[in-house]
Amino acid sequence: MAEVLERVTKIVVDRLGVDEAEVKEEASFKDDLGADSLDVVELVMELEDEFDMEISDDDAEKIVTVGDAVNYIKAKN
Amino acid sequence: MKLSSKIAIVTGASRGIGREIALELAREGAKVAVNYAGSEAKANEVVDEIKSLGSEAFAVQCDVSNSESVSNMIKTVIDHFGRIDILVNNAGITKDNLLMRMKEDEWDAVINTNLKGVFLCTKAVSRQMMKQRSGRIINISSIVGTTGNPGQANYVAAKSGVIGLTKTTAKELASRGITVNAIAPGFITTEMTDELNAEIKEQMLANIPLATFGEPKDIAKVVNFLASEDSKYMTGQTLHVDGGMYM
Repeated sequence: MAEVLERVTKIVVDRLGVDEAEVKEEASFKDDLGADSLDVVELVMELEDEFDMEISDDDAEKIVTVGDAVNYIKAKN
Repeated sequence: MKLSSKIAIVTGASRGIGREIALELAREGAKVAVNYAGSEAKANEVVDEIKSLGSEAFAVQCDVSNSESVSNMIKTVIDHFGRIDILVNNAGITKDNLLMRMKEDEWDAVINTNLKGVFLCTKAVSRQMMKQRSGRIINISSIVGTTGNPGQANYVAAKSGVIGLTKTTAKELASRGITVNAIAPGFITTEMTDELNAEIKEQMLANIPLATFGEPKDIAKVVNFLASEDSKYMTGQTLHVDGGMYM
């Protein structure tokens, strides 16, 4: 299951241009990783493609940290 | 050709201004998804005409006021053409009545198609355009959205709403290379305006500095401009194409 974190981390690093070391599970996309609202929307879109899943708008709003994303994907897969 | 191999969707493209927009985009080389709500035969005629111009097209049914229907349409277009470069939100209806006589369902129907439809189509394509890091969204408003018009409270509210929606969408999507502009046609000769009586038409003509009614092509040419690279430094604007009626 560590694989999910690795794949999420790669997307976050590519999209937000942050250091891999900064992408911790507790890191908030907006507060810690410099994402704006639109960046988060795009991240969620990329996660949908990467993990071949649909994330509803309601669920997407609950994804605030890297850990939220990882846990959501793990729960759905 | 300025729009070679660009992919466009035009809503309400079976008749009137939408039909001419679809044809004019195709004349500049765009491949066009011709949306219609009910007039399948007319939409197919537009498709045939586009093919005879040497471009590609297909007809796609969708009620723009229904989110599921809109999602399906956008998916169909992406499956067919692989991307979407241009969305023209043109679909519109009228149900005119004096405010005091206007029924709630007349209000709802016009707002749902003319305003909510723009929101739903824009939301559905924005995902694809964000991925592409490019896109052109062109909303067809109306002069009455700025001036008001007796008997059209529903239509005017929707068309005015489209101008505000255009500005907000423009601000939200600008950083992703997507521009969003509106066109506010004046009096354009179509089936919709043919319904007006001669007296009203004469009155309107007296208020048009260029002293003639517009044709669908006058709008379509401006759509082509907003869809092309020529307008790349414009977003959030409403262009009034009305013979000078509103200044």
